[in-house]
Amino acid sequence: MKIQKILNILTLLTGAIAVTSMSLWIGKQSYSWLPPQAAAESLLIDDLISFLVTLGAFIFLGVTSTLMYSVIFHRAVKDDFTDGPPIEGNVTLEVVWTAIPILLVFWIASYSYQVYEQMGIQGPSEIVHLHNPLAMESAYAAPAKALAEPIEKIDVLAKQWAWVFHYPERDITSTELHLPSDRRIRLALKSQDVLHGFYIPAFRLKQDIIPNHAIDFEFTPIRPGKYRLTDSQYSGTYFATMQANVVVESPEDYQQWLAQAATQKPSPAKNQAAAEYAQTSHQSVQTGWVTVPPAAPPLVNSPG
Amino acid sequence: MTNVPIEGILLPDEKHNHESPSSWKEYFSFSTDHKVIGIQYLVTSFFFFLVGGIFAMVMRGELMTPESDLVDRTVYNGMFTMHGTVMLFLWTFPSLVGFANYLVPLMIGARDMAFPRLNAVAFWMVPVVGILMMGSFFVPGGPAQAGWWSYPPVSLQNPTGNLINGQVLWLLAVAISGVSSIMGAVNFVTTIVKMRAPGMGFFKMPLFVWAVFSAQIIQLFGLPALTAGAVMLLLDLTAGTAFFDPAKGGNPVMFQHYFWFYSHPAVYVIILPVFGIFSEIFPVYSRKPLFGYKVVAISSILIAVVSGIVWVHHMYVSGTPGWMRLIFMLTTMCVSVPTGIKVFAWVATIWGGKLRLNTAMLFALGGLVMFVFAGITGIMLSSVPVDVHVNNTYFVVGHFHYVLYGTVTMGLFAAIYHWFPKMTGRMYSESWGKIHFWLAFIGTNLNFLPMHPLGLQGMLRRVASYAPEYQFWNIIASLGGFLLGMSTLPFIFNMVISWMQGEKAPANPWRAIGLEWLVSSPPPVENFEETPIIISEPYGYGKSEPLTANLPE
Repeated sequence: MKIQKILNILTLLTGAIAVTSMSLWIGKQSYSWLPPQAAAESLLIDDLISFLVTLGAFIFLGVTSTLMYSVIFHRAVKDDFTDGPPIEGNVTLEVVWTAIPILLVFWIASYSYQVYEQMGIQGPSEIVHLHNPLAMESAYAAPAKALAEPIEKIDVLAKQWAWVFHYPERDITSTELHLPSDRRIRLALKSQDVLHGFYIPAFRLKQDIIPNHAIDFEFTPIRPGKYRLTDSQYSGTYFATMQANVVVESPEDYQQWLAQAATQKPSPAKNQAAAEYAQTSHQSVQTGWVTVPPAAPPLVNSPG
Repeated sequence: MTNVPIEGILLPDEKHNHESPSSWKEYFSFSTDHKVIGIQYLVTSFFFFLVGGIFAMVMRGELMTPESDLVDRTVYNGMFTMHGTVMLFLWTFPSLVGFANYLVPLMIGARDMAFPRLNAVAFWMVPVVGILMMGSFFVPGGPAQAGWWSYPPVSLQNPTGNLINGQVLWLLAVAISGVSSIMGAVNFVTTIVKMRAPGMGFFKMPLFVWAVFSAQIIQLFGLPALTAGAVMLLLDLTAGTAFFDPAKGGNPVMFQHYFWFYSHPAVYVIILPVFGIFSEIFPVYSRKPLFGYKVVAISSILIAVVSGIVWVHHMYVSGTPGWMRLIFMLTTMCVSVPTGIKVFAWVATIWGGKLRLNTAMLFALGGLVMFVFAGITGIMLSSVPVDVHVNNTYFVVGHFHYVLYGTVTMGLFAAIYHWFPKMTGRMYSESWGKIHFWLAFIGTNLNFLPMHPLGLQGMLRRVASYAPEYQFWNIIASLGGFLLGMSTLPFIFNMVISWMQGEKAPANPWRAIGLEWLVSSPPPVENFEETPIIISEPYGYGKSEPLTANLPE
């Protein structure tokens, strides 16, 4: 009897260690499931994702291994229709497994809150001027302050189905979003027609754009390179084509690009929705259902 | 106590025979027998499950390649809109209402629902909804293409210029479906409150009844919001009002509040009865009482309560201020507490039991495992910073398909197998059932697991074309989808053949404890010749207590 008890405890302990180390390993793997970390915010979010994956893996493996154990070792013998032990409940156990999820919820929520606070991505709360006693510090606040907060302001216009970026200081328009790295960026998001969504997976950032609403959106790119901006809020027929390049470059290269674009005359940009709409499509099944015609390709200094 | 405790309500008197339905024609008639209506719901909704599945396979076919090359973009948009709508409003809702219709009166010892004619009217609105939805494929411009949530202003754009267009038909159908569900909810709540057999206190009700009760209460407070939102959108679209049209000064985000105030709780309306099904099935095939019965019962009500304050988590990035994002993050995470209680209770029920892994139990176990997975990704989605990244990506699509296929549809199949002998009086083939289970289980995971890495990498939902680096996981998902489509073939074959010439079923083939197993298979028209008197709690496995004082055990 005693040996049986010790054996049980040993089995449980081995199982717990196996599940724990497995979840820690899965949590580490989660970084490789994500795109490159191109914005300061992405570092915070990826740590949070890894934490949640570790915790989730622990719960999932714990529950499934318990179930698997039952399925393998607690099978009824053929034609045995007798009953199992009539255990109906256990108050201690029920209290414990109610308390654990409650504690976990508060842990996850407060960690998430901290991350969100550090991101300081703005959004519409700035417009309603809510008195917020918990002033949000941005993700890159400390280094950015050292750089004397050079905030780069860019206007973003979304329409069916094109992105247009306007750099007010030099009065330049572009279909490619150029951003200086290690600078706080503030975008003024506007939509001309329907809901759109500003989403750069490499930045882990997303914000819906609502017609008649001015929405500010802040973040800090940190890794030079070329990324994709997509429309994350379904916007009609050519929704999937509404993409743009995002070029993160050193502040010097960025200034050079601005200067170079300023010398160019505005010309119509290339636009996939307009091109597809103009030509007969290549799909094998066509119904010719009417669609909203795409807006004319924007006139830009830098067509990208 | 008889079955007419409410003033002015009569039981169906047009039935004189006490036989179960003798001819298949009865299932095509305006019957007021809750069991006939239950099967009418189940068969109708299964038909639409197949329709919605075909739409899904067209989409998975399109997504085999990065380019938009199989169907027109407009067709693709119509496909995902109708897939979502059909699967929700014509498959999961009506099929679960079908089970509730069939089982609730039997489980509480009643002879029928409180309002049998209202019940029949509510059912016959479902084919009307289906005809409107399918008919929209034949109007100029095709069916609605604004997604199942139909956010304005996209849903207000009417490129054909016709008054009768796909979007109008869609909104009409959704409004009718809402009215039908409200009728059903009134009926279920009244039946459960007023028509329980003597001795059946609330804490002696089976957990399926608890789950239906909680779910239908959500319908009562939530559906009016959705139906109102749909009607307002319909007015914007046809009569020129400006509730949601920003071009005329309306607010499109208001629609999202109307929509999600109901449509998130709707997920609990769907999944609560499935939790009830799990709670019925695990004790039978583990031969143990349900662990923590009272806590599990109360957790259903708690889910219904919390469900009323979670809707904004769908709108974290749609112009919601920071403080609101954080409040709704906390309330959304709180849902994991009552659901966690249920999961642990099921695991404890199974633990140390004498497991019998027949098809119904396999589907319930598979559903439970996939629900745990869905719950974990659900917690991730409720966290604002994570949601900012994965909102509207395939991560969300993967999550809710684990809920709606992995859990709800698997649970529905578990229920169909478990109660098939009761409903038809015939046994099904276990070997075909197991083939169905394994195809469905593998297909589900192949189809929906790859959506999670796709979403984390940033692939958006509702796109007909995508960047080439997403192709690998999309091919796996599509192959899984086709496997999932094929998995229904052995099921259909099994059900049709078994119903026609399966072995005759005894009253209680699983030796289960529950009122429905005390009557013959299939049950007689008014269920109980003598109203049962309940003397013990449900799930008395291993205790050999009689359940009733007057019926043979």
